[in-house]
Amino acid sequence: MSWETLQIIWFVLIAVLWIGYFVLEGFDFGVGVLLPVVAKNEAERRTVLTTLGPVWDGNEVWLLVAGGATFAAFPEWYATLFSGFYIALLIILCALIVRGVGFEYRSKRSSLVWRRNWDTAITVSSFLPALLWGVAFANIAKGTPLELDANGNSQYIGTFWDLLSPYTLLGGLTTLFLFVTHGAVFLALKTDGDIRTRSNKIASQSGLVAAVLAVAFGLWTQLSYSQNAISWLPLAIAVLSWVAALAANRLGREGFAFLFSAITQGSVVIFLFCALYPYVMPSSIQPAASLTITNASSTQYTLTVMTWVAVFLTPLVLCYQAWSYWVFRKRLHPDQIADPSHGSLDLPHEVSV
Amino acid sequence: MNALDLARWQFGITTVYHFLFVPLTIGSATLVAIMQTAWYRTGDEKWLKATKFFGKLLLINFAIGVVTGIVQEFQFGMAWSDYSRFVGDIFGAPLAVEGLASFFLESTFLGLWIFGWDRLPRGLHLATIWCVAAGTMLSAYFILAANSFMQHPVGYIFNPVTKRAELVDFGKVLFQNTTYTTFFHVIASAFLVSGVMVVGVSLWLMMRDQSADAMRKTLKLGVIATIIAGMAVMYTGDVQAKIMVAQQPMKMAAAEAVYETAENVPFSLVTVGSLDGSEAYWAIDIPGLTSFLATGNWTGPDSTVQGINDLQAQYEQKFGPGNYAPYVPLVFWAFRAMIGLGFLGILFALFAAWITRKGRTPKAPVVKLAAAVAFLFPLIGISAGWIFTEMGRQPWIVFGLMKTSDGVSPTLTTTQALISIVTFTLLYGVLAVIEFGLIIRAVKIGPPETVELAELGDADSGRPLTFSY
Ligand code: HDD
Ligand code: HEM
Ligand code: HEM
Repeated sequence: MSWETLQIIWFVLIAVLWIGYFVLEGFDFGVGVLLPVVAKNEAERRTVLTTLGPVWDGNEVWLLVAGGATFAAFPEWYATLFSGFYIALLIILCALIVRGVGFEYRSKRSSLVWRRNWDTAITVSSFLPALLWGVAFANIAKGTPLELDANGNSQYIGTFWDLLSPYTLLGGLTTLFLFVTHGAVFLALKTDGDIRTRSNKIASQSGLVAAVLAVAFGLWTQLSYSQNAISWLPLAIAVLSWVAALAANRLGREGFAFLFSAITQGSVVIFLFCALYPYVMPSSIQPAASLTITNASSTQYTLTVMTWVAVFLTPLVLCYQAWSYWVFRKRLHPDQIADPSHGSLDLPHEVSV
Repeated sequence: MNALDLARWQFGITTVYHFLFVPLTIGSATLVAIMQTAWYRTGDEKWLKATKFFGKLLLINFAIGVVTGIVQEFQFGMAWSDYSRFVGDIFGAPLAVEGLASFFLESTFLGLWIFGWDRLPRGLHLATIWCVAAGTMLSAYFILAANSFMQHPVGYIFNPVTKRAELVDFGKVLFQNTTYTTFFHVIASAFLVSGVMVVGVSLWLMMRDQSADAMRKTLKLGVIATIIAGMAVMYTGDVQAKIMVAQQPMKMAAAEAVYETAENVPFSLVTVGSLDGSEAYWAIDIPGLTSFLATGNWTGPDSTVQGINDLQAQYEQKFGPGNYAPYVPLVFWAFRAMIGLGFLGILFALFAAWITRKGRTPKAPVVKLAAAVAFLFPLIGISAGWIFTEMGRQPWIVFGLMKTSDGVSPTLTTTQALISIVTFTLLYGVLAVIEFGLIIRAVKIGPPETVELAELGDADSGRPLTFSY
C-alpha cells in the first residue's frame, strides 16, 4: 500500500481508538460523576460501582492503545501534543490514577470516613478528565501556538492557561455532559429499582443540557475551525441519534437509548477528526509548524507492520471484550449486595457499618 | 536542578515505582493460576482458600501496577519528546503492540476472573486467570523488546535527512538475543520475588495458626517456585552478562569498577575505596570471577576484561569528546545489591523449607519477623538490577545513538518538571501507604475460614453476588 494510503488508514484507526474510548470510558466517567446523585445508600453505591467493576480497566485500555498507536504511527504528534499539553495531561493522569485505585479500594474497608473519601475522590477524578478531554480536543481543532524550533520540530509555545478559552471550555462542558448522560443511560440499562428510575430521569435532564452545549460547540467548530465540509455529516448524525437516544430514554427503551447514545459519542469523535483532516495539530501562528498526517507520520515500513498487527489483533480484542459485556449483561439490584461490609478487610476489633 | 535532571529523577522514580508492583503481579498471577488449577483438579478446599487469599493480595497489588502504568505510557511524550521524535518510528511500535496484545487481554480477563466466580463454569473461570497470567508475560515481552532496543539498537537505519532513526526490520527488534535473555531474566526474577512473598506470607500465617494446613501447601509451592526461579535467574543472568560485555562493555567495566584492561579480573564482594571508585583500600575478592562472568574464562588472554579508561578512549575516538562512563559507584553497588539481595531471598526460602520440614511449625519471633520482611529482599534486588541496567547505560538513552540529555522535551520548563515530580512523588507516596496498609490487613485476616462456593447462575437467582465493589 502507498504511504499516503497508510497515513490515512492510521488517521482513521486512531479515530477508531478514540471512538472506543469515548463510547466506553465515556459512561465510566458519567457513572463516576453521578455516583453521589443516583445512589442514596451504601448498597446502592456499591451496586452503581459494581456495574463498572468488570469493565472499567478494559475500557481505559482504549486510551492506552490510542496513546501507543499515536506514538507508533505519528511520533511527531505524540511528542508535540503531550509535551505541549504537559500540565493538562498531568491532571488527567493523576485523576485516572485516583479513579482506578478508588474503584478497587473503596469497599476494602467499612469505615464510613474511608468510603466517603473515596466516593468524593471517584466523583472528582471522573469529572476532571471528562471535562479536560473535551478541552484538549477543542484546542486541537482550534489550533494551538506551535512554532518550528531550531531543529525544525514543531513545539507548543503556550502555557497551560492558553488552553483555556470560551471555545475550549465549551468543548469541555460538551464532553462532560455527553458523558454524564451516557453514564446515566448506562446505569438505567444495567440496574434495577430506584437507581434505574433516577438514572432515567437524570438522563433526560442532562441530555437536554448536553444537546444545547453540543449543538453550540458543533456549530462553532464547524463554522470557525473545520477544514472540511464533510464534517457536517457526522455532526448531523450525532444530533439525530442524540434525539433518538433521548426519545428512547423517555419511552424506557434502555437498550436503544444506550445504543443511540453510544452512536452520538462515536460521531462526536468522527466529527472532530473530520474537522481536523489532514491536520493532526494545526498551528494557530505559523502554518509551516502545523502537523499533518504527512509530516507527523512514521515511515511506510512501520505503518505497514502496524497495519498487519492491527488487522489481526483488533477483531480478537473486540470479540473477547464483547463477550465480557455479554457475561455481565444482567441488571444489578441493591438486594444482591447483601452485607455492606462484605469483602472488606476489617480487623476483628473494628466495627463495621 | 534543571529540567533535565528533574525529568530524569521523575522517570527514575515513576518507573522504579511501577516496577515494584509489576514483578509481584507477573509472578503472583501465575502462582494463583496454579493454585486454582490444583483446586480444579483435586477439589481440595485448601487450594480454593489459597486461591481466594493470594488472589486478594494479587488484586490489591494489581490496582497500583495498572494506574502507575498509565503514567509510563504517556511520559515519553511529556518529558522525553525529542527522544520520542527520534525513535518513535521504532519504539512506538512495540508499545502499541503491547497495548493491543496484552493490556486488553489482562484487563478484560481479570474483570472476568474477579466478578465471574458465579457466572462462568469452573473450567472457563479457571481459563480466565490463565489468560491474565499470559497477558502479564506478553506485556513484559513487548516492553522489554522496546527497552532492549535502547540497550542494543537493531533493525533500524539512521536517516540523515529527517535526522531520525527509522525502522527497517521489526523482526529484529522483537527477536534479538538481548530481548530473549532480558525477558527470561526478568520473568525469572519476578517469580523469585513472588515465590519468596508466598513463602513468607504462608510461613507467617502458619505461625499464627491461621489456615495452617492450606498455608503449608502454599509454602511448598512458593519454595519450589523460588528454587526454580533462582536457578533460572542465575543462568539467565550469566548469559546476560556475556551479551552485555559484547554490546555494552562499558557497563560491565563499571559494574566491576575495572579501570584498566586486564586478564583474570577478580570479583569483589565488598570494596572499601575512594568514593569515585578509582582506588580501592580494602576488598574481599574472588579471583577471576569477573573475567568468568564476562567471558566464560577464568584466566589467560581470553579472560581479558576491557577497562573504563580504554573504553573511554575508544568512545572518544568514535563519538567525539565527552564522558562515556556511567556513575561507577552506583552501578557497582546496584549490581551487588541485585545479586546479594536476590540470594538472600533464595536462602530464606530454603530456610523456611527446612524449619517446616515434616509438619513442624517454628515458634521463634525472629522467624516470624523474617517471614514478614523476606519479600523485600528480592524486591529491592530486582529494582537494583534495573537501576544497574539503566544507569549503566548512561550517558546514552539509546546506546551509541542518542544521549539522555538530547532526549528531554525542549519545551519542558523547570517549573513544569518541578510541579509534576512533586505531584507524582506525593501521590505515589500516599498510594504506597494505602496499599501497604491494605496488604497488611489482608494478610492479618488471612484466608477465609470457609469458602462458600457459588453455583453457576446464582448471580441471576437473586442471591448476593460473590464479589461486588
Ligand atoms: C532479584 C532479582 C535478581 C537477581 C537475584 C539477579 N538479577 Fe540480574 N537483573 C535483575 C534482577 C535480578 C533485573 C530484573 O532487575 C534486571 C534489570 C534488567 C534486566 O534485564 O533484569 C537485571 C539485570 C541484569 C544484568 C544487566 C543486563 C543489561 O543491562 O544488559 C546482568 C548482567 C545481570 N542481571 C546478571 C545477573 C547475575 C549474573 C545474577 C546472579 C547470579 C543476577 N543477575 C541475579
Ligand atoms: C522496559 C521498559 C523500560 C523502558 C522503555 C525504560 C526507558 C528508560 C528511559 C527512556 C530512560 C532515560 C531517561 C532517564 O535517564 O531518566 C530510562 C532511565 C532509567 N530507567 Fe528505565 N526503562 C524501562 C524499564 C525500567 C525499569 C523496570 C526500571 C526500574 C525498576 C527502570 C529504571 C530506570 C532508571 C533508574 C533510570 C535512570 C534515571 C536517570 O537517568 O537518572 N527502567 N529508562
Ligand atoms: C517504561 C515502560 C513501561 C510502560 C510504558 C508501561 C505501561 C503500562 C501500562 C499502561 C499498564 C496498565 C495496563 C492496564 O491498564 O491494564 C502497565 C501495567 C503493567 N506493566 Fe508496565 N509499563 C512499563 C514498564 C513495564 C515493565 C518493564 C514491565 C515488565 C517487565 C511491565 C509489565 C507490566 C505488567 C505485568 C502490568 C500489569 C499490571 C501490573 O503492573 O500489576 N511494565 N504498564
